[in-house]
Amino acid sequence: MSENNRGMSRRGLFGAATGLAALPIAARAGSLPAPTVEGDAGLAEFVLNVNGRDHRVALDVRTTLLDALREHMDLVGSKKGCDHGQCGACTVHIDGQRVLSCLTLAVAVQGEPVKTIEGLAAPDGTLHPMQQAFIDHDGFQCGYCTPGQIMSAVACVHEGHATTDADIREYMSGNLCRCAAYPKIVTAIKQAREQMEHA
Amino acid sequence: MRPFTYNRAVDLAQAARLGQQTGQGQTDAPVQFLAGGTSLIDLMKLDVLTPERVVDITPLRANHATVQAGHDGLRLGALAKMAAVAAHPAVLADYPVIAQSLQLAASAQLRNMATLGGNVLQRTRCTYFRDPSWSACNKRNPGSGCAAIPGINRNHAVLGVDATCISQYPGDLGVALIALDARLDLLGPQGSRRIRFASLHRPAEGQPHIETTLRAGEVITSFFVPAGAWTRRSLYLKVRDRASYEFAIASTAVALDMDGDTVRQARIGLGGMAYRPWRALAAEAALVGRPLTRANAEAAAAAALEGAITHGHNDYKPELGRRTIVRALMQAKTMPIADASLPTRKD
Repeated sequence: MSENNRGMSRRGLFGAATGLAALPIAARAGSLPAPTVEGDAGLAEFVLNVNGRDHRVALDVRTTLLDALREHMDLVGSKKGCDHGQCGACTVHIDGQRVLSCLTLAVAVQGEPVKTIEGLAAPDGTLHPMQQAFIDHDGFQCGYCTPGQIMSAVACVHEGHATTDADIREYMSGNLCRCAAYPKIVTAIKQAREQMEHA
Repeated sequence: MRPFTYNRAVDLAQAARLGQQTGQGQTDAPVQFLAGGTSLIDLMKLDVLTPERVVDITPLRANHATVQAGHDGLRLGALAKMAAVAAHPAVLADYPVIAQSLQLAASAQLRNMATLGGNVLQRTRCTYFRDPSWSACNKRNPGSGCAAIPGINRNHAVLGVDATCISQYPGDLGVALIALDARLDLLGPQGSRRIRFASLHRPAEGQPHIETTLRAGEVITSFFVPAGAWTRRSLYLKVRDRASYEFAIASTAVALDMDGDTVRQARIGLGGMAYRPWRALAAEAALVGRPLTRANAEAAAAAALEGAITHGHNDYKPELGRRTIVRALMQAKTMPIADASLPTRKD
Protein backbone atom coordinates (compact mmCIF):
# COMPACT_ATOMS: atom_id res chain seq x y z
CA MET A 1 0.00 0.00 0.00
CA SER A 2 1.42 3.33 -1.00
CA GLU A 3 0.87 6.23 1.35
CA ASN A 4 0.98 8.59 -1.61
CA ASN A 5 -1.97 6.86 -3.23
CA ARG A 6 -4.03 7.95 -0.31
CA GLY A 7 -2.76 11.50 -0.47
CA MET A 8 -1.37 11.23 3.02
CA SER A 9 2.12 11.23 4.41
CA ARG A 10 3.27 8.75 7.01
CA ARG A 11 3.20 11.54 9.56
CA GLY A 12 -0.28 12.62 8.49
CA LEU A 13 -1.56 9.10 8.84
CA PHE A 14 0.05 8.74 12.22
CA GLY A 15 -1.29 12.09 13.36
CA ALA A 16 -4.83 11.39 12.18
CA ALA A 17 -4.82 7.96 13.73
CA THR A 18 -3.84 9.29 17.12
CA GLY A 19 -5.88 12.46 17.14
CA LEU A 20 -2.80 14.68 17.05
CA ALA A 21 -3.32 16.33 13.67
CA ALA A 22 -1.92 19.79 13.10
CA LEU A 23 -3.42 22.39 15.35
CA PRO A 24 -4.81 25.54 13.74
CA ILE A 25 -3.10 27.82 16.22
CA ALA A 26 0.02 28.19 14.13
CA ALA A 27 -1.78 29.55 11.11
CA ARG A 28 0.16 31.69 8.70
CA ALA A 29 -0.11 35.26 9.85
CA GLY A 30 1.97 37.16 7.32
CA SER A 31 4.45 39.73 8.56
CA LEU A 32 3.43 40.37 12.14
CA PRO A 33 5.05 42.79 14.52
CA ALA A 34 6.83 41.02 17.36
CA PRO A 35 5.51 42.59 20.55
CA THR A 36 7.40 42.02 23.75
CA VAL A 37 5.23 39.58 25.57
CA GLU A 38 5.30 38.73 29.22
CA GLY A 39 3.16 36.02 30.65
CA ASP A 40 1.51 35.20 33.91
CA ALA A 41 1.40 31.54 34.74
CA GLY A 42 -0.73 30.40 31.87
CA LEU A 43 -1.05 31.36 28.22
CA ALA A 44 1.07 33.96 26.49
CA GLU A 45 0.45 35.11 22.94
CA PHE A 46 3.47 35.94 20.86
CA VAL A 47 5.05 35.55 17.44
CA LEU A 48 7.52 32.83 16.54
CA ASN A 49 9.47 33.28 13.32
CA VAL A 50 10.18 29.80 11.98
CA ASN A 51 11.74 29.05 8.61
CA GLY A 52 11.08 32.58 7.39
CA ARG A 53 7.42 32.70 8.40
CA ASP A 54 5.80 34.45 11.34
CA HIS A 55 3.43 32.33 13.38
CA ARG A 56 1.22 33.80 16.07
CA VAL A 57 1.02 31.30 18.88
CA ALA A 58 -0.74 31.14 22.23
CA LEU A 59 1.26 28.92 24.55
CA ASP A 60 1.79 28.18 28.20
CA VAL A 61 4.96 30.09 29.09
CA ARG A 62 6.51 26.80 30.20
CA THR A 63 6.49 25.49 26.61
CA THR A 64 9.93 24.83 25.21
CA LEU A 65 10.73 25.76 21.63
CA LEU A 66 10.96 22.03 20.87
CA ASP A 67 7.45 21.36 22.16
CA ALA A 68 6.13 24.48 20.39
CA LEU A 69 7.52 23.19 17.09
CA ARG A 70 6.45 19.58 17.51
CA GLU A 71 3.18 19.81 19.42
CA HIS A 72 1.75 23.12 18.27
CA MET A 73 3.19 23.87 14.82
CA ASP A 74 3.29 20.37 13.31
CA LEU A 75 7.03 20.69 12.69
CA VAL A 76 8.08 17.29 13.96
CA GLY A 77 11.46 17.10 12.25
CA SER A 78 13.26 18.30 15.37
CA LYS A 79 13.39 15.29 17.66
CA LYS A 80 12.98 14.87 21.39
CA GLY A 81 15.71 12.54 22.60
CA CYS A 82 16.65 13.28 26.20
CA ASP A 83 14.76 16.59 26.65
CA HIS A 84 17.63 17.72 28.94
CA GLY A 85 20.20 19.17 26.57
CA GLN A 86 22.39 16.08 26.50
CA CYS A 87 21.76 14.40 23.14
CA GLY A 88 21.47 17.12 20.46
CA ALA A 89 18.49 15.58 18.63
CA CYS A 90 16.53 18.82 19.07
CA THR A 91 19.21 21.07 17.51
CA VAL A 92 17.84 24.05 15.56
CA HIS A 93 19.34 27.38 14.48
CA ILE A 94 18.39 30.63 16.15
CA ASP A 95 19.74 33.67 14.36
CA GLY A 96 22.07 31.32 12.50
CA GLN A 97 23.54 29.73 15.66
CA ARG A 98 22.94 26.09 16.53
CA VAL A 99 21.17 25.70 19.87
CA LEU A 100 19.13 23.12 21.77
CA SER A 101 15.41 23.75 21.41
CA CYS A 102 14.59 21.54 24.41
CA LEU A 103 16.35 23.95 26.79
CA THR A 104 14.92 27.07 25.14
CA LEU A 105 11.63 28.58 26.27
CA ALA A 106 9.59 29.46 23.20
CA VAL A 107 8.46 32.73 24.76
CA ALA A 108 12.12 33.74 25.26
CA VAL A 109 12.88 33.59 21.51
CA GLN A 110 9.79 35.43 20.31
CA GLY A 111 10.54 37.31 17.10
CA GLU A 112 13.98 35.74 16.61
CA PRO A 113 14.60 33.81 13.38
CA VAL A 114 14.38 30.06 14.02
CA LYS A 115 15.39 27.55 11.38
CA THR A 116 14.51 23.87 11.62
CA ILE A 117 15.30 20.86 9.46
CA GLU A 118 12.05 21.57 7.57
CA GLY A 119 13.51 24.89 6.40
CA LEU A 120 16.79 23.54 5.10
CA ALA A 121 15.91 22.30 1.61
CA ALA A 122 15.42 24.74 -1.27
CA PRO A 123 11.84 25.88 -1.97
CA ASP A 124 11.75 23.57 -5.01
CA GLY A 125 12.53 20.62 -2.79
CA THR A 126 16.20 20.28 -3.72
CA LEU A 127 17.94 18.94 -0.63
CA HIS A 128 20.60 20.96 1.14
CA PRO A 129 24.08 19.59 0.35
CA MET A 130 24.31 18.33 3.94
CA GLN A 131 21.04 16.38 3.65
CA GLN A 132 22.20 14.86 0.35
CA ALA A 133 25.59 14.00 1.82
CA PHE A 134 24.01 12.11 4.74
CA ILE A 135 22.03 10.06 2.17
CA ASP A 136 25.05 9.54 -0.10
CA HIS A 137 27.21 8.24 2.75
CA ASP A 138 24.61 6.44 4.88
CA GLY A 139 25.21 8.91 7.71
CA PHE A 140 22.54 7.26 9.84
CA GLN A 141 20.86 3.99 10.64
CA CYS A 142 17.63 4.48 12.58
CA GLY A 143 17.58 8.19 11.63
CA TYR A 144 16.27 9.55 14.90
CA CYS A 145 19.27 11.76 15.61
CA THR A 146 19.67 12.77 11.97
CA PRO A 147 17.75 16.08 11.87
CA GLY A 148 19.80 17.29 14.83
CA GLN A 149 23.01 15.95 13.31
CA ILE A 150 22.31 17.76 10.04
CA MET A 151 21.39 21.09 11.64
CA SER A 152 24.48 20.86 13.82
CA ALA A 153 26.66 19.90 10.84
CA VAL A 154 25.48 22.83 8.72
CA ALA A 155 26.40 25.21 11.53
CA CYS A 156 29.69 23.39 12.09
CA VAL A 157 30.69 24.11 8.47
CA HIS A 158 29.54 27.74 8.67
CA GLU A 159 31.55 28.22 11.87
CA GLY A 160 34.70 26.99 10.13
CA HIS A 161 34.94 24.03 12.51
CA ALA A 162 34.85 21.31 9.84
CA THR A 163 38.37 21.66 8.48
CA THR A 164 39.82 18.41 9.85
CA ASP A 165 38.37 15.07 10.93
CA ALA A 166 39.45 15.78 14.50
CA ASP A 167 37.73 19.17 14.44
CA ILE A 168 34.53 17.66 13.06
CA ARG A 169 34.51 15.02 15.79
CA GLU A 170 35.13 17.61 18.50
CA TYR A 171 32.59 20.15 17.28
CA MET A 172 29.94 17.49 16.59
CA SER A 173 30.31 15.91 20.04
CA GLY A 174 27.04 17.45 21.20
CA ASN A 175 25.08 15.18 18.85
CA LEU A 176 24.86 11.59 20.03
CA CYS A 177 24.15 8.73 17.62
CA ARG A 178 23.45 5.50 19.45
CA CYS A 179 23.62 3.58 16.16
CA ALA A 180 27.21 4.89 16.10
CA ALA A 181 27.15 6.15 12.50
CA TYR A 182 29.91 8.57 13.46
CA PRO A 183 32.52 7.66 10.80
CA LYS A 184 29.95 8.08 8.04
CA ILE A 185 28.71 11.33 9.52
CA VAL A 186 32.27 12.69 9.40
CA THR A 187 32.55 11.62 5.75
CA ALA A 188 29.21 13.20 4.90
CA ILE A 189 30.17 16.49 6.52
CA LYS A 190 33.41 16.59 4.52
CA GLN A 191 31.51 16.11 1.25
CA ALA A 192 28.94 18.78 2.12
CA ARG A 193 31.69 21.17 3.26
CA GLU A 194 33.26 21.11 -0.22
CA GLN A 195 29.92 21.82 -1.86
CA MET A 196 28.92 24.51 0.63
CA GLU A 197 32.26 26.27 0.24
CA HIS A 198 31.98 26.28 -3.54
CA ALA A 199 28.29 27.13 -3.68
CA MET B 1 7.71 22.04 35.21
CA ARG B 2 5.76 24.09 37.76
CA PRO B 3 3.79 27.14 36.56
CA PHE B 4 5.63 30.47 36.72
CA THR B 5 5.24 34.06 35.67
CA TYR B 6 7.56 35.10 32.87
CA ASN B 7 9.02 38.61 32.80
CA ARG B 8 11.37 40.15 30.25
CA ALA B 9 13.77 42.64 31.79
CA VAL B 10 14.04 45.89 29.86
CA ASP B 11 17.02 47.20 31.83
CA LEU B 12 19.26 46.18 34.72
CA ALA B 13 17.45 48.28 37.29
CA GLN B 14 14.18 46.57 36.43
CA ALA B 15 15.88 43.16 36.51
CA ALA B 16 17.22 43.88 39.97
CA ARG B 17 13.78 45.07 41.14
CA LEU B 18 11.98 42.02 39.77
CA GLY B 19 14.67 39.77 41.14
CA GLN B 20 14.40 40.85 44.78
CA GLN B 21 13.78 37.26 45.89
CA THR B 22 16.49 35.49 43.93
CA GLY B 23 18.24 34.39 47.10
CA GLN B 24 21.77 33.01 47.30
CA GLY B 25 21.42 29.79 45.42
CA GLN B 26 18.71 28.23 47.57
CA THR B 27 16.68 25.85 45.44
CA ASP B 28 13.44 27.20 46.89
CA ALA B 29 14.13 30.82 45.89
CA PRO B 30 10.88 32.13 44.39
CA VAL B 31 12.60 34.08 41.61
CA GLN B 32 15.24 32.95 39.13
CA PHE B 33 17.04 34.92 36.45
CA LEU B 34 17.02 33.33 32.99
CA ALA B 35 20.00 33.84 30.68
CA GLY B 36 21.16 30.94 28.50
CA GLY B 37 18.76 28.62 30.31
CA THR B 38 20.96 25.56 29.97
CA SER B 39 21.01 24.94 33.73
CA LEU B 40 17.78 26.61 34.77
CA ILE B 41 15.39 24.94 32.32
CA ASP B 42 17.03 21.56 32.92
CA LEU B 43 16.66 21.86 36.70
CA MET B 44 13.09 23.15 36.40
CA LYS B 45 12.18 20.09 34.32
CA LEU B 46 13.76 17.93 37.03
CA ASP B 47 11.68 19.74 39.68
CA VAL B 48 14.84 20.75 41.53
CA LEU B 49 14.13 24.45 40.90
CA THR B 50 10.52 25.59 41.18
CA PRO B 51 10.49 29.39 40.81
CA GLU B 52 7.23 31.31 40.86
CA ARG B 53 8.77 33.96 38.63
CA VAL B 54 11.41 33.77 35.91
CA VAL B 55 13.04 37.05 34.94
CA ASP B 56 14.53 36.80 31.45
CA ILE B 57 17.63 39.00 31.28
CA THR B 58 18.63 38.06 27.73
CA PRO B 59 17.07 41.28 26.33
CA LEU B 60 19.99 43.07 28.10
CA ARG B 61 22.51 41.26 25.89
CA ALA B 62 23.07 44.25 23.62
CA ASN B 63 24.82 46.19 26.40
CA HIS B 64 26.35 43.42 28.51
CA ALA B 65 27.98 40.95 26.15
CA THR B 66 31.12 42.73 24.99
CA VAL B 67 34.74 41.64 25.34
CA GLN B 68 37.28 44.43 25.89
CA ALA B 69 40.99 43.80 26.22
CA GLY B 70 43.07 46.66 27.61
CA HIS B 71 46.49 47.18 29.18
CA ASP B 72 45.06 46.80 32.67
CA GLY B 73 43.15 43.63 31.95
CA LEU B 74 40.27 41.89 30.28
CA ARG B 75 36.63 42.87 30.71
CA LEU B 76 34.01 40.27 29.82
CA GLY B 77 30.29 41.09 29.68
CA ALA B 78 28.32 38.63 31.80
CA LEU B 79 25.82 37.94 29.00
CA ALA B 80 28.56 37.11 26.48
CA LYS B 81 28.16 33.59 25.13
CA MET B 82 30.80 30.99 25.99
CA ALA B 83 31.43 30.28 22.29
CA ALA B 84 32.02 33.93 21.43
CA VAL B 85 34.53 34.48 24.25
CA ALA B 86 36.36 31.20 23.52
CA ALA B 87 37.00 32.41 19.95
CA HIS B 88 37.92 36.02 20.77
CA PRO B 89 41.43 36.80 19.41
CA ALA B 90 42.57 38.75 22.49
CA VAL B 91 41.40 36.01 24.85
CA LEU B 92 43.12 33.34 22.76
CA ALA B 93 46.39 35.27 22.58
CA ASP B 94 46.70 36.80 26.04
CA TYR B 95 44.48 34.66 28.29
CA PRO B 96 44.64 31.17 26.74
CA VAL B 97 43.55 29.54 30.00
CA ILE B 98 40.20 31.31 29.74
CA ALA B 99 39.72 30.39 26.07
CA GLN B 100 40.61 26.75 26.78
CA SER B 101 38.38 26.47 29.85
CA LEU B 102 35.43 27.60 27.70
CA GLN B 103 36.37 25.58 24.64
CA LEU B 104 36.68 22.34 26.60
CA ALA B 105 33.31 22.80 28.31
CA ALA B 106 29.97 21.33 27.21
CA SER B 107 29.09 21.08 23.51
CA ALA B 108 29.03 23.54 20.61
CA GLN B 109 25.28 24.04 21.02
CA LEU B 110 25.49 24.62 24.77
CA ARG B 111 28.39 27.06 24.32
CA ASN B 112 26.23 29.03 21.86
CA MET B 113 23.50 29.31 24.48
CA ALA B 114 25.23 29.62 27.84
CA THR B 115 26.44 32.97 29.14
CA LEU B 116 29.52 33.60 31.28
CA GLY B 117 27.43 34.84 34.20
CA GLY B 118 25.23 31.77 34.16
CA ASN B 119 28.21 29.48 33.67
CA VAL B 120 30.00 30.50 36.85
CA LEU B 121 26.73 29.95 38.75
CA GLN B 122 26.18 26.50 37.26
CA ARG B 123 24.83 24.04 39.82
CA THR B 124 26.56 20.87 40.88
CA ARG B 125 26.00 17.71 38.85
CA CYS B 126 25.69 15.64 42.03
CA THR B 127 23.16 12.99 41.04
CA TYR B 128 21.51 13.11 44.46
CA PHE B 129 21.04 16.86 44.15
CA ARG B 130 19.58 16.53 40.65
CA ASP B 131 17.11 13.77 41.54
CA PRO B 132 14.47 14.85 44.10
CA SER B 133 13.44 11.23 44.65
CA TRP B 134 16.45 11.13 46.99
CA SER B 135 15.14 12.86 50.09
CA ALA B 136 18.55 13.32 51.71
CA CYS B 137 20.30 16.32 50.18
CA ASN B 138 21.38 19.21 52.38
CA LYS B 139 21.85 21.44 49.37
CA ARG B 140 18.29 20.90 48.12
CA ASN B 141 16.61 20.21 51.41
CA PRO B 142 18.50 21.76 54.36
CA GLY B 143 18.98 19.43 57.29
CA SER B 144 17.96 16.28 55.41
CA GLY B 145 21.42 14.72 55.24
CA CYS B 146 23.69 13.73 52.36
CA ALA B 147 22.94 10.67 50.26
CA ALA B 148 26.27 10.94 48.45
CA ILE B 149 28.52 10.34 51.47
CA PRO B 150 27.36 6.71 51.90
CA GLY B 151 26.33 6.52 48.23
CA ILE B 152 27.94 6.47 44.80
CA ASN B 153 30.48 9.26 45.12
CA ARG B 154 32.94 8.68 42.30
CA ASN B 155 32.27 12.17 40.91
CA HIS B 156 32.27 13.95 44.23
CA ALA B 157 34.65 16.49 45.65
CA VAL B 158 37.66 15.85 47.88
CA LEU B 159 38.58 19.47 48.69
CA GLY B 160 36.38 21.92 50.59
CA VAL B 161 33.91 19.25 51.62
CA ASP B 162 32.37 18.83 55.04
CA ALA B 163 30.01 16.42 56.80
CA THR B 164 26.97 18.07 55.18
CA CYS B 165 27.94 18.12 51.48
CA ILE B 166 30.57 16.60 49.20
CA SER B 167 29.14 17.89 45.91
CA GLN B 168 31.55 19.04 43.26
CA TYR B 169 31.63 22.39 41.49
CA PRO B 170 31.20 21.36 37.84
CA GLY B 171 32.43 24.42 35.95
CA ASP B 172 35.62 25.07 34.02
CA LEU B 173 35.63 28.85 33.50
CA GLY B 174 35.40 29.39 37.25
CA VAL B 175 38.64 27.46 37.71
CA ALA B 176 40.44 29.81 35.30
CA LEU B 177 38.86 32.91 36.85
CA ILE B 178 39.89 31.99 40.38
CA ALA B 179 43.46 31.27 39.26
CA LEU B 180 43.65 34.73 37.66
CA ASP B 181 41.99 36.40 40.68
CA ALA B 182 39.17 37.87 38.57
CA ARG B 183 36.70 40.42 39.90
CA LEU B 184 32.95 40.58 39.39
CA ASP B 185 30.83 43.65 38.83
CA LEU B 186 27.38 43.27 40.35
CA LEU B 187 24.25 45.37 40.18
CA GLY B 188 21.41 44.97 42.62
CA PRO B 189 18.59 46.84 44.32
CA GLN B 190 21.15 48.56 46.58
CA GLY B 191 23.37 49.62 43.68
CA SER B 192 26.55 48.30 42.15
CA ARG B 193 29.62 46.77 43.76
CA ARG B 194 32.74 44.85 42.78
CA ILE B 195 33.84 41.66 44.51
CA ARG B 196 36.62 39.14 44.02
CA PHE B 197 35.54 36.07 42.13
CA ALA B 198 37.12 34.08 44.96
CA SER B 199 34.42 35.35 47.33
CA LEU B 200 31.43 34.56 45.06
CA HIS B 201 31.00 30.91 46.07
CA ARG B 202 30.52 30.24 49.77
CA PRO B 203 32.23 27.36 51.52
CA ALA B 204 29.83 24.60 52.61
CA GLU B 205 30.28 25.29 56.34
CA GLY B 206 27.26 23.24 57.28
CA GLN B 207 24.96 25.30 55.05
CA PRO B 208 25.44 23.98 51.52
CA HIS B 209 22.03 25.28 50.45
CA ILE B 210 23.45 28.81 50.57
CA GLU B 211 25.75 28.75 47.58
CA THR B 212 26.79 32.32 46.85
CA THR B 213 27.43 35.65 48.49
CA LEU B 214 25.17 37.45 46.01
CA ARG B 215 22.55 39.66 47.59
CA ALA B 216 18.90 39.31 46.65
CA GLY B 217 18.29 40.73 43.20
CA GLU B 218 21.96 41.09 42.30
CA VAL B 219 22.96 40.38 38.72
CA ILE B 220 26.51 39.76 37.54
CA THR B 221 27.11 42.46 34.90
CA SER B 222 30.74 41.79 33.97
CA PHE B 223 34.00 40.08 34.86
CA PHE B 224 37.36 41.81 35.07
CA VAL B 225 40.56 39.78 34.78
CA PRO B 226 43.60 41.82 35.82
CA ALA B 227 46.51 41.75 33.40
CA GLY B 228 49.64 40.02 34.64
CA ALA B 229 52.89 38.66 33.31
CA TRP B 230 51.50 35.15 33.92
CA THR B 231 48.35 35.31 31.78
CA ARG B 232 50.03 34.40 28.48
CA ARG B 233 51.85 31.36 29.83
CA SER B 234 48.62 29.80 30.96
CA LEU B 235 46.60 26.73 30.12
CA TYR B 236 43.64 24.66 31.21
CA LEU B 237 44.11 20.89 31.50
CA LYS B 238 40.90 18.91 31.80
CA VAL B 239 40.83 15.18 32.54
CA ARG B 240 37.52 13.41 31.88
CA ASP B 241 36.00 10.02 31.19
CA ARG B 242 35.62 10.69 27.46
CA ALA B 243 37.51 12.98 25.11
CA SER B 244 34.79 15.57 24.54
CA TYR B 245 31.51 16.86 25.96
CA GLU B 246 32.04 15.72 29.54
CA PHE B 247 32.58 17.24 32.96
CA ALA B 248 36.02 17.12 34.54
CA ILE B 249 37.02 14.41 36.97
CA ALA B 250 40.12 16.53 37.55
CA SER B 251 41.17 19.81 36.01
CA THR B 252 43.60 22.61 36.62
CA ALA B 253 44.15 26.14 35.40
CA VAL B 254 47.80 27.16 35.63
CA ALA B 255 49.44 30.47 34.82
CA LEU B 256 53.16 31.09 35.17
CA ASP B 257 55.53 34.02 35.02
CA MET B 258 58.98 32.54 34.39
CA ASP B 259 62.48 33.97 34.63
CA GLY B 260 64.31 31.38 32.60
CA ASP B 261 63.62 28.13 34.41
CA THR B 262 62.69 29.86 37.65
CA VAL B 263 59.12 30.60 38.65
CA ARG B 264 58.52 34.27 39.43
CA GLN B 265 54.77 33.94 39.92
CA ALA B 266 52.40 30.99 39.75
CA ARG B 267 48.60 30.88 39.75
CA ILE B 268 46.84 27.53 40.10
CA GLY B 269 43.12 26.79 40.12
CA LEU B 270 41.59 23.34 40.61
CA GLY B 271 38.38 21.86 39.23
CA GLY B 272 36.65 18.50 39.12
CA MET B 273 37.66 17.78 42.69
CA ALA B 274 36.53 20.70 44.86
CA TYR B 275 33.30 21.93 46.41
CA ARG B 276 33.74 25.37 44.84
CA PRO B 277 36.20 26.99 42.44
CA TRP B 278 39.48 26.29 44.23
CA ARG B 279 42.73 28.20 44.30
CA ALA B 280 45.79 26.20 45.33
CA LEU B 281 47.66 28.92 47.21
CA ALA B 282 49.97 26.48 49.00
CA ALA B 283 51.01 24.97 45.67
CA GLU B 284 51.68 28.42 44.24
CA ALA B 285 53.86 29.32 47.23
CA ALA B 286 55.79 26.07 46.87
CA LEU B 287 56.78 27.01 43.32
CA VAL B 288 57.72 30.67 43.59
CA GLY B 289 61.44 31.39 43.45
CA ARG B 290 62.35 27.82 42.54
CA PRO B 291 63.27 26.22 39.24
CA LEU B 292 60.33 24.43 37.66
CA THR B 293 61.60 20.85 37.82
CA ARG B 294 59.38 17.79 37.91
CA ALA B 295 60.32 17.24 41.55
CA ASN B 296 59.30 20.78 42.48
CA ALA B 297 56.07 20.42 40.48
CA GLU B 298 55.33 17.20 42.38
CA ALA B 299 55.96 18.94 45.68
CA ALA B 300 53.58 21.72 44.70
CA ALA B 301 50.93 19.21 43.62
CA ALA B 302 51.28 17.39 46.94
CA ALA B 303 50.69 20.68 48.74
CA ALA B 304 47.59 21.34 46.61
CA LEU B 305 45.90 18.08 47.61
CA GLU B 306 46.92 18.16 51.25
CA GLY B 307 43.86 17.73 53.43
CA ALA B 308 41.82 16.01 50.71
CA ILE B 309 38.95 13.95 52.14
CA THR B 310 37.75 10.94 50.16
CA HIS B 311 34.68 8.73 50.54
CA GLY B 312 35.44 5.46 48.79
CA HIS B 313 34.57 5.70 45.12
CA ASN B 314 36.50 8.95 44.82
CA ASP B 315 39.64 7.65 46.52
CA TYR B 316 41.38 7.98 43.15
CA LYS B 317 40.96 11.75 42.99
CA PRO B 318 43.88 13.06 45.04
CA GLU B 319 46.43 11.10 42.98
CA LEU B 320 44.71 12.02 39.71
CA GLY B 321 44.62 15.63 40.85
CA ARG B 322 48.34 15.64 41.68
CA ARG B 323 49.27 14.14 38.32
CA THR B 324 47.02 16.63 36.51
CA ILE B 325 48.76 19.54 38.20
CA VAL B 326 52.25 18.20 37.45
CA ARG B 327 51.43 17.63 33.78
CA ALA B 328 49.89 21.09 33.43
CA LEU B 329 52.87 22.79 35.05
CA MET B 330 55.38 20.98 32.84
CA GLN B 331 53.31 21.82 29.74
CA ALA B 332 53.06 25.47 30.73
CA LYS B 333 56.80 25.62 31.26
CA THR B 334 57.47 24.73 27.63
CA MET B 335 54.68 26.83 26.09
CA PRO B 336 55.96 29.01 23.27
CA ILE B 337 55.20 32.60 24.24
CA ALA B 338 55.12 35.40 21.69
CA ASP B 339 57.15 38.22 23.22
CA ALA B 340 55.43 41.24 21.67
CA SER B 341 53.36 43.55 23.89
CA LEU B 342 53.19 41.37 26.96
CA PRO B 343 50.60 42.48 29.45
CA THR B 344 52.51 44.98 31.56
CA ARG B 345 51.01 45.15 34.99
CA LYS B 346 52.61 43.12 37.75
CA ASP B 347 51.23 42.85 41.23
